[in-house]
Amino acid sequence: MSAVVFARHQITPAERLRDAGWVAFVALILGIPLIGLTTVDAGGSLEVSTRFGLLAACVVAAFGGRLGLRWMIDTMGARKLERQRADTGKSVGISPVKVVNVIGWIALGASIALPIMYSDNRYVVDTATTVLIYVMLGWGLNVVVGLAGLLDLGYVAFYAVGAYSYALLSTQYGWGFWEALPVSGGLAATFGILLGYPILRLRGDYLAIVTLGFGEIIRIILVNWTEFSNGPNGISSIPRPTLFGLEFSRSAAEGEQTFSTFFGIDYSPMHRLIFLYYLILVLALLTHAFVSRLRKLPIGRAWEALREDEIACQAMGMNTTNIKLSAFAIGAMLGGFAGMFFAARQGFISPESFTFTESAIILAIVVLGGMGSQMGVVLAATLLVLIPEFGRNFSEYRMLLFGAAMVLIMVWKPSGLLSHREPTLRLSRGGARNQDALEEAAQ
Amino acid sequence: MMLTMEGVHAHYGHIHALHGIDVEVQVGEIVTLIGANGAGKSTLMMSLFGRPQASAGRIVFDGEDITHLHTHDIARRGIALVPEGRRIFPRMTVLENLQIGAAQADPANYDADIARVYAMFPILQERQSQRAGTLSGGEQQMLAIGRALMSRPKLLLLDEPSLGLAPIYIRRIFQIVRELNRDHGMTILLVEQNANQALKVAHRAYVLQHGEITLSGTGAELLASPEVRAAYLEGGGHA
Repeated sequence: MSAVVFARHQITPAERLRDAGWVAFVALILGIPLIGLTTVDAGGSLEVSTRFGLLAACVVAAFGGRLGLRWMIDTMGARKLERQRADTGKSVGISPVKVVNVIGWIALGASIALPIMYSDNRYVVDTATTVLIYVMLGWGLNVVVGLAGLLDLGYVAFYAVGAYSYALLSTQYGWGFWEALPVSGGLAATFGILLGYPILRLRGDYLAIVTLGFGEIIRIILVNWTEFSNGPNGISSIPRPTLFGLEFSRSAAEGEQTFSTFFGIDYSPMHRLIFLYYLILVLALLTHAFVSRLRKLPIGRAWEALREDEIACQAMGMNTTNIKLSAFAIGAMLGGFAGMFFAARQGFISPESFTFTESAIILAIVVLGGMGSQMGVVLAATLLVLIPEFGRNFSEYRMLLFGAAMVLIMVWKPSGLLSHREPTLRLSRGGARNQDALEEAAQ
Repeated sequence: MMLTMEGVHAHYGHIHALHGIDVEVQVGEIVTLIGANGAGKSTLMMSLFGRPQASAGRIVFDGEDITHLHTHDIARRGIALVPEGRRIFPRMTVLENLQIGAAQADPANYDADIARVYAMFPILQERQSQRAGTLSGGEQQMLAIGRALMSRPKLLLLDEPSLGLAPIYIRRIFQIVRELNRDHGMTILLVEQNANQALKVAHRAYVLQHGEITLSGTGAELLASPEVRAAYLEGGGHA
């Protein structure tokens, strides 16, 4: 630590007011054409009328909002600085790793119990299923963006590949969910490598642009190649997954049994929803176990090292080509699984579901959660799915609320909700002893 | 002969950075390369690693022509680099950095190698679960050296290891270079601006000017040479 103490410039109230005043002024200039003037239908012709009252309210809101935001950023900065000064290097209190673990177990318990508690509430189970799809997508993209540090703006392409693989295999060739699962994942991984190969030498912004283009290419192909994908009309009546051959419908096809008759219970449409929920929960948990395991293996460390410094990686004898391709392939495969589940759950897919907005939301989940943090993805996915749901009461202000929530999270936690990086510890024998001693001393 | 560079030319885009370099490093030697800023020292070091690849000439390492290999393949032949500016992995822990250094090595040697690095740099053991980015500059340099040693290299390249360090660490770094060579028989190629210290530890040295080798000899010879003294030692250098 440097011994120099940097005095923070104290912002005077006058400066705050001036700053907010500027923002209000900009809002006024922008607001005159956008809000102040409006056209009204006056018996066949359009007339311009003014809404200066509303404009004034908006300008005042901008002034107040800016004042509040500045105040929030400054007090948070000051508090953080204070905490850093107080921190003498020793970790006092509970370690963030433990907190995250506890949150993880609580979340797991809650997610197992949820369909039991809400077994007759279709809306809750459906929304929770959506959250889990995004959690799985977030974990997949986390491999590419969070661990390997490759900014991918076209992740939805792999989601689409997975969904369309299953849709086509099942409707055209009569494949079941479970047979198609590895094939869909494999196809998505192949597309991951196809995308990865040409962009090996790109980084940062350039990489982002190419991946963005790739996402659009896949969507445009799906829209236009009508013979293959049925174009914008999409593919419907995609078969639902079965539980070891048991169908979740009122009456089974010939030679098959339904879930309800097999167990001798009354048929309820909720059975299928709950089954789908547990299916995605299991898929997501497998994804989590898989990614956490990979992170602790040399390949995971190689991904993280690649994120930190590509040239140093090569100097350590690492083949960065293989490392990048493996990150793209595994991320894409996980996205493909999620897409396949999506197709099976909806029973209908069309290119509409795979727009750039989806990619942006998945990326937002990874970034808001804290790059590379598995639990962060869960938190962010829950928030980003639930905020628009709660926002339904505010109808047209829904997306405004969504945007405001994202801005506030980024102001409050610029490096994500859970930005703590858990080391992939593998202590040497000499080191392990040392580490035990350190931990004892800390307790 | 550990390493031979014969008439190596290298280009950065249109810039002709190296004009026919001849350098030799023998087993068990410390060889240093000194020269002013922009003379091409780092380019020479990196062209050994294929970044950029030599546009003419030949680089032979341990009897094998490595001129046209990929960077990672060259590293796997047994050359380890301590890069300029250290280039440790800042968000990862000290221990993880060392593990990555051993990524291409035989896992059976891992425990012995890490014990050796910790014996050499006890501070790294104390800080093993700390983020590497929170270490001081000198500690980061030790980590970079430790990381390079984890691959059990035959040849260690050090690119400006004393750059930007406090004098106490500079002394320690040169002491480490000497120990590595004397006690572990490590062959070292050292690029330095700190000509005085570098020439004192080196068996042999080359002076690089505008992409050409202008002088060569033993460390003591160059240290005594009037040209070297005038250009690198007395002209307000770091000595």
